[in-house]
Amino acid sequence: MNKCTERLYNGLIKENPTLVLMLGMCPTLAVTTSAINGLGMGLSTTAVLVMSNLMISALRKIIPDKVRMPSFIVIVASFVTIVDLLIQGYLPALNKSLGIYIPLIVVNCIILGRAEAYASKNPVLPSIFDGIGMGLGFTCALTIIGLVREILGAGTAFGFKIMPAAYEPFSIFVMAPGAFFVLAILTAIQNKLKLKSATNGDAPVAEEPLACGGNCSECIGNVCTANRGLLEQIAEEEAAKKADAKASAKKAFPEVSESAAAANGQQEGGNK
Amino acid sequence: MIKSLILLLIGAALVNNVVLSQFLGICPFLGVSKKTDTAVGMGSAVIFVVTVAAAVAYPIHTFILVPLGLDYMDTLVFIAVIAALVQLVEMILKKFIPALYKALGVYLPLITTNCCVLGVALTNVQDGNNFVQSIVYALGTSIGFCISIVLMSGIREKIEENDIPHVLKGSPILLITAGLMAMAFCGFAGLI
Repeated sequence: MNKCTERLYNGLIKENPTLVLMLGMCPTLAVTTSAINGLGMGLSTTAVLVMSNLMISALRKIIPDKVRMPSFIVIVASFVTIVDLLIQGYLPALNKSLGIYIPLIVVNCIILGRAEAYASKNPVLPSIFDGIGMGLGFTCALTIIGLVREILGAGTAFGFKIMPAAYEPFSIFVMAPGAFFVLAILTAIQNKLKLKSATNGDAPVAEEPLACGGNCSECIGNVCTANRGLLEQIAEEEAAKKADAKASAKKAFPEVSESAAAANGQQEGGNK
Repeated sequence: MIKSLILLLIGAALVNNVVLSQFLGICPFLGVSKKTDTAVGMGSAVIFVVTVAAAVAYPIHTFILVPLGLDYMDTLVFIAVIAALVQLVEMILKKFIPALYKALGVYLPLITTNCCVLGVALTNVQDGNNFVQSIVYALGTSIGFCISIVLMSGIREKIEENDIPHVLKGSPILLITAGLMAMAFCGFAGLI
């Protein structure tokens, strides 16, 4: 049971999918126009995540390794369809405000990421708790982002007016650009506090690897392996180029490369 | 007829830009926009795949799923078809048009899970677009993606040289740039 609570803590705080791993950016940006939308999206994703983790973990010894990705996608897509139909049937208002983003849970990197990184390697019970933890972490983050945008952009929280009547809402925050700005502020705060986040600075892959290798500002969805090879190749090329440039710079200006401090001093002197 | 199609194209490409106002395909938008060359490659690969996927999704939905009463299976069928299609396109290009494969090859596998491919196919079904409208909408959307990712890469190349506050280095400055681009694209709202 200890392992299960550890999984919950891991999903909610230590490896929060939105705030730390920076996964699933599309829904994070798109549906957080209000707190209630964020909550709805988060809970739908949680439901899919828990069910798919359960199923994939139960089938992990049956699914052949070669076709695991397609199998995961089919399993996830089935649960998404079920959740989609349930929401259409019982929560028509939420269905209207989330629209196309409910079926798009299929391509949410969090779900395939957890399937690949955790559920396909671990027994059923921890996988379920992993799903719950990750899902709730996602839900909390989405609700908070939604709340901030709603308060700033409309002066309401969960639909109730909370700001004084004199407050003039910045309607930009409920429009598309606001989503980017709120997230930018959030990541800037993480940078400032030097919190662990996949997007801190231009840091390469984190030393202590996160669930999917971290550094998701460099990641394109969940085809990580192919992607990482490509990125490594690009990085290598860049490094080689830089080394070349340095070598040629050394040849051209041998006095500059002697000491960085001296060079800075010279530059400052020149500026004056 | 042609006028409405042109409006659909412009609307999809600029007014409802797929990245900056619908937030589909954010991952490649932020991930592959470091250099203009790669951004152009990714953009053209997306144009190709999204358009082909829309062309394939329409007949599957209209002639197979609807007559069988299975249209609630759209999501599942489309994602499977898209995944298979990308593989197929990759193989065909490799065999018959090696030059194009060389240009787009590395980006193709990355597109399978790009949400804008599935998003376009599903939007087409939801809006009840006919075959021609579907293709025009897909073309418009993917051109919009290409425009925004190429613009973004151009800006990023400039940012690289600039002295930005340490706090904003990395993603924050990227997201602020995207936000400003989104504000600029809001200006297209009056176009139609």
